This record gives sequence, C-alpha cells and structure tokens, in this order.
Amino acid sequence: METYTAMRHFADSWGLAAMTLFFLAVVLFTLRPGGRKAAERAAEIPLKED
Amino acid sequence: MKYLTETIVLAVGAFLALLGVAFAKDRLFEAHMWVLFFVLLAGTLVMVRRVSFAPAAAAPSAADDGYFDEVIKYGVIATVFWGVVGFLVGVFIAAQLAFPDLNIEPWLNFGRVRPLHTSAVIFAFGGNGLIATSFYVVQRTSRARLFGGNLGWFVFWGYNLFIVMAATGYLLGITQSREYAEPEWYVDIWLTIVWVAYLVAFLGTIMTRKEPHIYVANWFYLGFIVTIAMLHIVNNLAVPASFLGAKSYSAFSGVQDALTQWWYGHNAVGFFLTAGFLGMMYYFVPKQVNRPVYSYRLSIIHFWALIFMYIWAGPHHLHYTALPDWAQTLGMVFSIMLWMPSWGGMINGLMTLQGAWDKIRTDPIVRMMVMAIAFYGMATFEGPMMSIKSVNSLSHYTDWTIGHVHSGALGWNGLITFGAIYFLVPKLWKRERLYSIRMVNWHFWLATLGIVIYAAVMWVAGIQQGLMWREYDEQGFLVYSFAETVAAMFPYYVLRAVGGGLYLTGALIMAYNVTMTIRGYQRDEAPIPGAAPALQPAE
Repeated sequence: METYTAMRHFADSWGLAAMTLFFLAVVLFTLRPGGRKAAERAAEIPLKED
Repeated sequence: MKYLTETIVLAVGAFLALLGVAFAKDRLFEAHMWVLFFVLLAGTLVMVRRVSFAPAAAAPSAADDGYFDEVIKYGVIATVFWGVVGFLVGVFIAAQLAFPDLNIEPWLNFGRVRPLHTSAVIFAFGGNGLIATSFYVVQRTSRARLFGGNLGWFVFWGYNLFIVMAATGYLLGITQSREYAEPEWYVDIWLTIVWVAYLVAFLGTIMTRKEPHIYVANWFYLGFIVTIAMLHIVNNLAVPASFLGAKSYSAFSGVQDALTQWWYGHNAVGFFLTAGFLGMMYYFVPKQVNRPVYSYRLSIIHFWALIFMYIWAGPHHLHYTALPDWAQTLGMVFSIMLWMPSWGGMINGLMTLQGAWDKIRTDPIVRMMVMAIAFYGMATFEGPMMSIKSVNSLSHYTDWTIGHVHSGALGWNGLITFGAIYFLVPKLWKRERLYSIRMVNWHFWLATLGIVIYAAVMWVAGIQQGLMWREYDEQGFLVYSFAETVAAMFPYYVLRAVGGGLYLTGALIMAYNVTMTIRGYQRDEAPIPGAAPALQPAE
C-alpha cells in the first residue's frame, strides 16, 4: 500500500479512535466525583499572593 | 564576572555578521547582514559598559521577592512600544489602500509594509506580551523563580532580535511569501533556537514549582509554546539556495504546500492568538476582579476541547481550491465544533465577574477585559460561520475576512493585553496605582469605537465586494470589472483608516500613561464614581 494511503487509513481509524477516547477520558476525569473540591482549590492559586 | 561570556558571544556574533556581509551571495543577504552587524555591535557596546569584574553576587537578591521580574519589565515596555509601532504601520497601510500614492517605492510599498504590520502586531506586540505575561504568571502560580538564570534575558533579547531581523528583512524585500511566516530560513532558524530556550525556561519553572497543581493559565501558555514550536518548524521546512544567501525553497509543493501554510496559519491564530491570550485571561481576569475563575473544571475542558479541535480547522482557508473535498469539509466541521469550547470559555471568563458586576462600571481595566472577552465570543462566532462553505463562497477574498481578523485581533488580543499591561505596570514598578485611571477609560472608549467602526465598515465593504464579484447579467457576463469593485471600496477604506486611527490614539494614551506610571507620577484627578466605597462620617 502507498505510504499516503496507509497513513490516511491509520489516521481515520486507530488515530481517530485514540484521540477521541483520550479526549473523552480527560472530560470524564475532570467531571469525576470529588473533582469539584480539587478544582475549587486550584482556582484559588492566583489569589493566594500579591 | 557578570555578563562577560554574554558580551564575548555578542562580539563574536557581530564579527560573524560582518563575515556574512563579506561573503554574501546576494545583495539582499549582504544588506541584511549589515543590519545584523550594527544591531549586534550596538548590543556589544551596551554590554561592555555593563561588564562587572566584581565577584559574582550570591544568589538572586532578596529585594525582588525572589521572582525574576526585571525581564518582565523590559517585556512590558517592548509590548507597548511594538504595539504603537504596529498600529501606526496599520493605519499607514490602511491609508495606502485608500490613497495609492502613499506607496513609496521601493521600501514602503504595500507589499512590503503589510507583512511589517501583521508581524509587528502579532509577533512583536502580541509575542512580547505573551512572553512577558507568561513569565509573570508561571512564576506567581508556581511560586518559583523563573528557571535557567539568565535564560529569560536570552529569550527576551533573542526574540526581539528576531523581530528586528524580520521587520528589516520585509522592508528590504526579503520574504519567503508564507503568510505570517515571511522571514527567510536563517531568521527562522534563529527563532527556533529562541523558542526552544523559551520552552526550557517556562517548562523548567513548572518542573521546579512549589505549588502542587499546575494552574490552568499555564496549561494554555504551554499549549501555545509547544504548538507554535511544532507549527514553526514544519511550516518553514525549506532548502536554502545558498548558506550565505537570502533565498530558500519550500520542502513542499503545490496543494501540500498550500495546506501546510494554512495548517500553520490557522493554528497560529488558534494557539498564538487564542490559547496564549486565554492564558492571560485565566490569570489576569481573576486577579483584577479578585475572584476565582467561575468554573475551574470548565476551564480544563475548554483547554482540551480547544487544542483537540483547533488543529483540524486550517483547511477552511482553502475552500473551493485544489484541496481534496473531504479535507475542506473536515476543516469546516471542526471549525463549527469550535463554537462549543470558544463560547464555553467566553462564558467562563465573563461569569468570573459574578457578584462583582459593578466593577464594569467602576473599574475601566475590568471593563477593558470584559470587552476583550466579548470580542473573543463575537470573533469566534463569526469565524465558524465564515468557514461554512456557502458563506465562504461570498466572504472569501473580500474585506469581510479582514474585518473578522481585526475584530479578533484588536478586540480580543489587543484589549486583553492592554488590560494585562494596566494590571502589571503598577505591580512591577511597585507603584500605588496607575498614573491615571481616567486615561484608561479614554483608551477603552477610543479602542472600542475604533474597532466597531473598523469591523462594521469591513462587513459592508466585504459583502458589497463579494456581491459585486458574483453579479452576472442575463447573458452570463460579469457585470463589474475588478477595477470597478476596487473603486467602490474607497469610502470604506477611508473609514477604516479612521477606525484604526482611533485605536492608535488609544494606544498612544496608554503609552503616555504607562511611561508616567513608571516614572512615578500620579495624575491629580477625580476618582471614577463608585470606585472606592464612600467614607461615612463618624457618628
């Protein structure tokens, strides 16, 4: 198979699946139970000093 | 011995530039090497006066609370300076379009001054602003000194050397004709070195942080630095015709070259002008209103959604070209999906003011930031709409595109940077407040009015242009010649220069205000009504 075709097939199958799954995992992790507390602590970082 | 090595490196660099002059293969390279020689020579002379043979001082002095702020001060001044230069050049080329006699051959014709304008505002004004604010933010939110000792100085001066070389190259006529990446190969290599140093300084600070969590603003800044490195390297892959000549040839050809350019060009918008400035928003807006960001989890999702989607949107610049249809549709679909993270981020920024909405009335800096976020929302609404193929068939190649770019650049990037500058200057120079708060208000209104005039005029101009170009008579002939559509633009071009002039005037007021603040003056003026709680007499 031509390199272009091979890479193209990889990109729109495994590559696409991997990136979609990673993205969904990140979103789910951010919204995990208990994530709110950690997020609220992190949001205070800039206000701690100065 | 302070700065001895640096001084020697500069002197050697100046000598190498002189060799470049002597052995140059073409006149342009020779002229450009003269520029480099004189810049490095001036740098060497300044450094020679600063070399100190006293034993090296112990650790950074405690006077500056442990943060490396000196380079940020230089960065802020450079941002203001390049901003004024960039806006001035913009007004000049706007006037050139209305009055072509202003094309002063050969150095100041439109083709050479236009990239000077785009690079001055994006890379000189925006870039210096991003570097300065990122150094400030990463130190504060990591509670660590900037990594790498004098590396920060190298990043600042190296980056500004890049700007000087790029700007003088354009005026000499040296260009590789890639939009927003016009500098030739040797300047590109220099920028790559500086950018890697920037990444090391930034990432090193994060790695040595004392704060366990990496604050979201740093994620955006890091996304910006890493992606720009990747874009810059791939887009500028080229073979120089000679190692002592100005000319190079792209590694790509035909439609691959076009797609590489717009993959770069659009992601320069997405990661330089969006991700980087969002880093600014997520730090300076909470600081100025003294409240945490509305939803920290939304800001994390904003980040990931933005970087996952933006990278695919580039092909929308090549609708109805030789680019495969599937790639055009892909670009369009991802552009439309970008509505979600963009508006999520806009809402997040605006809602940070929840419970402090009165600050829009009483604090002109907050007002400026809010207007910036509003323009972020408007520009990121307009962009996806214009990427829809049927809309693009009307808008493409017209002044509507220029209007869109400027509502994003002047409205979003400009105003959020001004807000950050007004926040930073009193902090960095340890002043109680700015020289004048009322001047900030003047700046706000001049800038806003300028943008509104600019954008509205370009909408009318662009749509009229698009409609005139596609107007056929009943026999299938075009109704208007191209020259007629150009002549019809005259009133709009004059009005655009007026809008730009207002924006420039605002920036000049800022430059004056910042200068006076640095010099330690405070203008005697009535406070903004409601800004300070009214004092009640004791009972």
